[in-house]
Amino acid sequence: MVNPRNAYGEALIRLGKKYKNLVVLDADLSKSTKTAMFAKEYPERFFEMGIAEANMISTAAGLASCGKIPFVSTFAVFATGRVYDQIRMDVAYSEANVKIFATHGGISVGKDGASHQMIEDLGLMRVLPNMIVMAPSDATQTGRIVELMAASKGPMYARVGRANAPLIYEKKDLQDIKIGKGMVVKNGSDVSIIACGTMVEPALEAQKTLKKDGISARVIDMHTIKPLDEKLVIKCAKETNAIITAEEHSIIGGLGAAVAELIAENNLSTKFVRMGIKDVFCESGDPTELLEKYELNEKHIVKNAKKLLN
Amino acid sequence: MKDYDDKAIHELDLTAVKIRKHVIEMLFRAESGHPGGSLSAVDALVALYFNHMNYNPKKPCDPERDRFILSKGHAAPALYAVLAESGFFDVKKLKKIREINCMLQGHPACLYTPGVEASTGSLGHGLSFANGVALAGRLDKKDYNVYVMMGDGETGEGQIWEAAAVAAHYRLDNITAMIDRNFLQIDGNTEDVLRLESVRDRWSSFGWYVIEINGHDIREILRALRDADAHQKQPSMIILHTIKGKGVSFMENNVDFHGVPPNEMEYKLAMEELDLAQKKLEVAV
Ligand SMILES: Cc1ncc(C[n+]2csc(CCOP(=O)(O)OP(=O)(O)O)c2C)c(N)n1
Ligand SMILES: [Mg+2]
Repeated sequence: MVNPRNAYGEALIRLGKKYKNLVVLDADLSKSTKTAMFAKEYPERFFEMGIAEANMISTAAGLASCGKIPFVSTFAVFATGRVYDQIRMDVAYSEANVKIFATHGGISVGKDGASHQMIEDLGLMRVLPNMIVMAPSDATQTGRIVELMAASKGPMYARVGRANAPLIYEKKDLQDIKIGKGMVVKNGSDVSIIACGTMVEPALEAQKTLKKDGISARVIDMHTIKPLDEKLVIKCAKETNAIITAEEHSIIGGLGAAVAELIAENNLSTKFVRMGIKDVFCESGDPTELLEKYELNEKHIVKNAKKLLN
Repeated sequence: MKDYDDKAIHELDLTAVKIRKHVIEMLFRAESGHPGGSLSAVDALVALYFNHMNYNPKKPCDPERDRFILSKGHAAPALYAVLAESGFFDVKKLKKIREINCMLQGHPACLYTPGVEASTGSLGHGLSFANGVALAGRLDKKDYNVYVMMGDGETGEGQIWEAAAVAAHYRLDNITAMIDRNFLQIDGNTEDVLRLESVRDRWSSFGWYVIEINGHDIREILRALRDADAHQKQPSMIILHTIKGKGVSFMENNVDFHGVPPNEMEYKLAMEELDLAQKKLEVAV
């Protein structure tokens, strides 16, 4: 188990060495987001902005206008909802080279409750023109995605969860991680499970369970929600009998919505279900119990797969 | 340091009238836009672009340039007129403001217009953006300055106070902010809508160096800019005491001309007044 947040912090340190123009901003959460690791290594390029997120986003845009590569971090709920207008105007509309990296996305944040469980961020960012939206799954992929964010120009948003996560990828997989390209983690022919972020791991577990029951599941790690890897989704729709999307996000606006839109517009006849938070605010609780109550775990993926294929 | 000579100031006053004529012309043609806040900002913009700031209109992205950020983006016509007259683009383009397929958007858009540093129009962002530019300048050991203009009503935005705190905390003395203190916003007098006084005390208590001047006296504006540039260890705030709609009698202090363009009759009247003002100045040479 490795924490994707740590992978972010480590990547920032590597990138700080490579890019002298990389700067990092945080809003009094640097210990949680792990930007503190960068701050320790490169104090002159780390800007503590205090609990003032709106200013932080616009300041990052100002830095970007002078050729800096600002990485901006805080919890997903504050990194998007709190500062939507600043992102819209100063980052997206202005095509500023600002990289927003948010942690504590989704409900598995747990006991802090709905105030801290961000389930709308992917949707909020996805509707913004010019914005690239990502939710990496494990630490390896997170590290690589952070590198790619630094290397490519333009507004980007990425979010990870709070918890440790099992490693899905190894070093040899790094070259296959590309922004905008979904990854076929397991091939299969009956049902495609298209997941992102924290839901990729349970999707893989579900794949194993389904296999025992004679169901061949394909697992796609769709770490980039926008631009969506349309080709891959269409391929899944044509080659398997059903599609399940799984995300720690509202079923409205995120990965499931993006896939649904694509399926509808391409007249693809496939069985389909969106797994995610069903348009409600969740609550405090142990993450495992929450994911069970809100039907977002391996067990429920299996259940949905069987229901769809019936 | 030498003071500004009368001839130079006189030239700038003439330029300001010219800019005001452009503004009226643009608003009339576009049949929309914001006369009051554009006209009150003109003299400060003229002082910045025609005397004070260091820039090359042929190299709008020169890393060494001074930056100006119009946080009160609805004064775009004044900014565009000043940019055109200082050579960033052809003055003829001004006519097309707010038309489809035009480089001059209703509010400043940095991807559309050379010389526009930040996309504004949603109030409250500009000072934060300036903080970023100032921090970058410090990191890169560049000695450019960043100038920002805000509306007085605009300072109701919480983000401005986040930015004010951050600029003071980081001692961003390469920032000079200005408030167009015309005492009007849309719903009325600023002190009725959401009290701002004491503007001076607010900013100085946040750790800013505050200068208060007549925002239509170009010599005073230039002196204040010099003073602000020289001041160290603190960001500077110039409170520009202005008149909303300045230069067109029936628009002055008239809240109804915040966001309503002149009709044909008003346009003619306004242009007559400004022509007269121009003639008077020309005679005075
Ligand atoms: C965030 C935001 N809220 C509301 C508006 C609508 N609006 C445009 S101008 C304005 C009044 C601005 O008053 P002030 O800052 O005093 O500007 P000035 O008097 O110089 O025109 C308002 C409310 C806006 N553009 N942005
Ligand atoms: Mg005002």
